[in-house]
Amino acid sequence: MYCNQPPEKPGNKKELLEKITNMARANSLWVTAYGTGCGAIELRPLHTSRFDMERFGIAMRPTPRQADVLIISGYLATKTLKRVIRVYEQMQDPKYIVALGSCTINGGMYFDSYNTLNVLDKYLPVDVYVMGCMPRPEAIIDGFSLLMQKIKDGRAQGWKHYKENLDYYRENQKKIITDWDLPDYNW
Amino acid sequence: MLANFTSVALTIVGALTWGLLLGGISRSVTARIHGRMGPRVTQNFIDLWKLFRKTSSIHHGGMFWMAPMFRITGAICVLLMVPLVIGQNITYNMSFAGDVFLLIYIMFFGCLGMALGAGNSGHPYAVIAVSRGLAQMSSYELSFSIAVVAIAVGLHTFKIEGIVAAQQAGITSWNIFRFPFASAGALLAFLPMQMAYPFGIVLAPQEIPIGPPTEYSSRMLSFMLSGRALFGVAKLILFVSLLFGGASSWLSLFVKTFLLYMYPIVVSSVFPRFRTEQSIRFLWFIPTTLALVDLVRVML
Ligand code: SF4
Repeated sequence: MYCNQPPEKPGNKKELLEKITNMARANSLWVTAYGTGCGAIELRPLHTSRFDMERFGIAMRPTPRQADVLIISGYLATKTLKRVIRVYEQMQDPKYIVALGSCTINGGMYFDSYNTLNVLDKYLPVDVYVMGCMPRPEAIIDGFSLLMQKIKDGRAQGWKHYKENLDYYRENQKKIITDWDLPDYNW
Repeated sequence: MLANFTSVALTIVGALTWGLLLGGISRSVTARIHGRMGPRVTQNFIDLWKLFRKTSSIHHGGMFWMAPMFRITGAICVLLMVPLVIGQNITYNMSFAGDVFLLIYIMFFGCLGMALGAGNSGHPYAVIAVSRGLAQMSSYELSFSIAVVAIAVGLHTFKIEGIVAAQQAGITSWNIFRFPFASAGALLAFLPMQMAYPFGIVLAPQEIPIGPPTEYSSRMLSFMLSGRALFGVAKLILFVSLLFGGASSWLSLFVKTFLLYMYPIVVSSVFPRFRTEQSIRFLWFIPTTLALVDLVRVML
């Protein structure tokens, strides 16, 4: 027996460790229990025996300190943005954002409303969008599997992007939040 | 010396693995009772590794950092002071070092450290949970201690080794049959010890979302979860030694601890939660009275 291909070089140790960790991150997504728009109602069935998201290792956490994923579940009102920023910045790295519904993508049916945001990406780094108005639980599960794949491949880097471009995000956020009273970064 | 050191290290690693695995199995069993598939049995290992590799940027003072260490230390001390397998002297670890009273004290010490740390985090939910937890702990500790005293007085020994050795004449010599009331009291006290429903007032997800660890994250939380897994196994082995004749082989150790672990899980799945005062009233009256019956019986 012989092999006509040269043996593959093993990656360096750090890379391997990161790969294993990414596998763990992808299979243990803890979600902040926080709903912003009407899409939150479609998250509830995910806990039930019919959809059972715990089988993917996805669990709800009642505190942002322990969560990995923040779900923006539909339209984001201008007043809610401040709270969402606070929740997101209190989460520990690495952290991901999943945005549900057309409202988060382009404003959806509230595109000309005076009190909702149109393009969420300008204010927070979204890793995965799930479209629909409102997305069914199956679509949300599909979105989660996309997020899991991105994490495994090391492509879910929204949190890094946010830190590197904090000025850009802050500028946009401050255009919406006129009574800005948050610290520079809320740990 | 080297053999002892190896045995201690293996006991800790083994107990941690077994504790995490039991946690995974319990999540699957609970899911099946709900009619769901549930997570993998290895889910707790995955969660632990993920948490360990997350960044930590939260600081709430020294006690906040020390609490998980208190918990792990308490758990390891309890674990090492109970002989694991009868007849295999190497697995007795440090059981020469103390008696059951020291064990009860150390069990309390781990929880107390946790309470101080969670209190230091300053989160209102954590503080409420700590006050509830301490109130409940002082109630179940009472019945548990009386049950242990009844057994120790009945067998004329306070040493765990002695208590295990006295149960080696067949199943009928197990303390659960010789001291049925004290055992019932201790087993009722075991439910709040494992934070099982109906005594789950400390973590109470619908009221004070997760209670004491609200502010803990990342690495600290992973230490806390490891401490919990270790402590769980330590308590299981202690109960097996106190009531169920100890373990004569590794297989019997695993089977007995597994069955005992399933008892609070099954009870938990079908009971709603007590309110704090109901839980405390129940623990002060029913298990304490049961344990006292046997204590009076052995004294007479
Ligand atoms: S996308 Fe539709 S369901 Fe979702 S928040 Fe907007 S209007 Fe509501």
